[in-house]
Amino acid sequence: MRTSPPIRPTVQSATSVRQNQVRLAQLLACPVAAAGLSLADWSLVIRQARRAGVLARLCDLIEEGGALSAVPEPARLHLEAARTLAIKHAHDVRWEVRCIKQALAPLDIPIILLKGAAYLLADLPPARGRIFNDVDIMVPETRLPEVEVALNANGWRFHKLSAYDERYYRRWMHQIPPMTHMARGTTVDVHHTIVAPTRRLRLNAAALFAAAIPVGDDPKLRTLAPADMLLHSAAHLLNEGEFDRGLRDLDDMNRMLRHFGRDEGFWQALVERAEELDLRRPLFYAFRYASRMLGTPLPQGIEKTPRLRPPGFLLRSVMDLLFERALRPRHSTCRDALTGPALSLLYLRAHYLLMPARTLVPHLLRKAYARRVGRDETPERGWL
Amino acid sequence: MILRCGPMAIDVDTDLPEVVAALEVYYGPDAILSKRDFADFFVELRRPAGLRRWYRPQVIFALDGEQLFKPLPRDQAMQAFEWGLNWIIEHHCHQYLIVHAAVIEKGGHAILMPGQPGSGKSTLAAAMTNRGWRLLSDEIALISMADGALSALARPISLKNESIPVLRRFVPDAIIGCEARDTVKGTVALMRAPLDSIARIAQTARASWIIFPRYLNGLPVEIRRRSRASTLMSIIEHSFNYSIHGKAGFERLADVIEACDCYDFSYADLNEAVEVFDALKPPS
Repeated sequence: MRTSPPIRPTVQSATSVRQNQVRLAQLLACPVAAAGLSLADWSLVIRQARRAGVLARLCDLIEEGGALSAVPEPARLHLEAARTLAIKHAHDVRWEVRCIKQALAPLDIPIILLKGAAYLLADLPPARGRIFNDVDIMVPETRLPEVEVALNANGWRFHKLSAYDERYYRRWMHQIPPMTHMARGTTVDVHHTIVAPTRRLRLNAAALFAAAIPVGDDPKLRTLAPADMLLHSAAHLLNEGEFDRGLRDLDDMNRMLRHFGRDEGFWQALVERAEELDLRRPLFYAFRYASRMLGTPLPQGIEKTPRLRPPGFLLRSVMDLLFERALRPRHSTCRDALTGPALSLLYLRAHYLLMPARTLVPHLLRKAYARRVGRDETPERGWL
Repeated sequence: MILRCGPMAIDVDTDLPEVVAALEVYYGPDAILSKRDFADFFVELRRPAGLRRWYRPQVIFALDGEQLFKPLPRDQAMQAFEWGLNWIIEHHCHQYLIVHAAVIEKGGHAILMPGQPGSGKSTLAAAMTNRGWRLLSDEIALISMADGALSALARPISLKNESIPVLRRFVPDAIIGCEARDTVKGTVALMRAPLDSIARIAQTARASWIIFPRYLNGLPVEIRRRSRASTLMSIIEHSFNYSIHGKAGFERLADVIEACDCYDFSYADLNEAVEVFDALKPPS
């Protein structure tokens, strides 16, 4: 379903919002709590979880915790229906990955699966109940033209883009414009690195390829190394200004940190890699909000380590104000007076990180105009 | 307010007084519940902000704050509600295998009537249910994935174009609302399900016949057996979520069809159609 702005964004008091959203976060942190919820609690949790894209995941987590039979039937039906859809979805994604692999086989290049497809094929915890629209892959930048040709020859086509959007993608993004398969309607996003090349930083993609690990029986098909996978998720969520599925994405990191974190060496490697790739700040925020909102267990003091160059008190307080709103479900019961402004400011921040002001201002004006005249359907960004 | 709609409870938030009144008429006064702990879906029907609140007024349908389709003229508010609810059921209620079909029942035996728009399934359902059959649904068949039983919705029947005057003549005392013209489906009007169908909404039924109706003007009524295999293939085409259920969906559907006699049916005259349906013998 395409998202569109709420027809009448209702604003609630900050206190009632905190109370409203606490149940869903509690469930993600501790799924067995499901056994203690009343029917009225469920009525709210299901709405929020559906909007946040975690309904199917909740079903799996609660079942693993052995509490699914304790969920009252009217609520359980929604959880199970969402899971049915997610299972079908996982099946389709596996097939899609197979098609992409076949299309690119003659090029003999490494194909790195990113995000949802990577979690699924590597059988990682964030794959559970995760419904996503596009398969994201990463290939060496020098081979992009051949990849485009090969995908095109196998039925994928670029969307019709305005000349402006086309230029924008090629100049500012870390991916080429999305390609959709003519028959299946599925979309593949081809990346050449994990974060957009910004005015300050151009990430060394070769290091990512070097650390990638094979998945399944095809040595060409890989996922990022655990630390890189987490950093990619953090950079994507916390630097790119899109929070439509913010809670789900934060929970992805929560699951990854819990899973990879059982390996002692992981945390050290993660911090080192964040320094190396200059993704310290997104990692700091990932630690902070995953632990604050979803109770992710972290090694003592890791969040405060000076190696991550944590922001000062003032900046941190402001970012708390913004992120803790943006990362809630995009649902009226989780919305207070500052939610709209917070989304707008984070959207501005994302672009500020990306491009110089002389490019940024005309770009935002153009996008705002396109939205006004209905040519652009993007998730809500407050008043921008 | 909360609207009970078969197995579901819908929280309806609206600032349109005519919608509150219409829901009470079409769904029956017992369907309006004052308070409930749990609602399956939260929908809103409201007037848009700005110019179109007053000038050629419109109505917006939203599920949990998200608009599902473009605003409709305000006099199509009930259509917006019905279409919106269809969309919600088709996209979220995967505890069912959902088939684009009318369902009617008599003596514990149900007829499943799949069909494209224009095949006459709503017209037939409207006619039959005013001649002793019970209405479960005029266009969405809900087949339980757990046990294959058919759930009743007993929502208002959506009549289109020529079928509106036909039904007004066939059932003179029927409650058929005002006609909305120039909708995406032409002229449409809602007909309330018989009160008996609404009263028995909690009773599920099992399918005994699967009948593919076709309205053919000027020809005599005709009913012909068809194979279960071709019936299975056709129902898959008429299903909204068959592909989601995978192997379980195939097995569930095969089970349902195994217990049914299957027919193609063409008709022009509703009285003749009633005779044919009344003469059906349940499969042994």
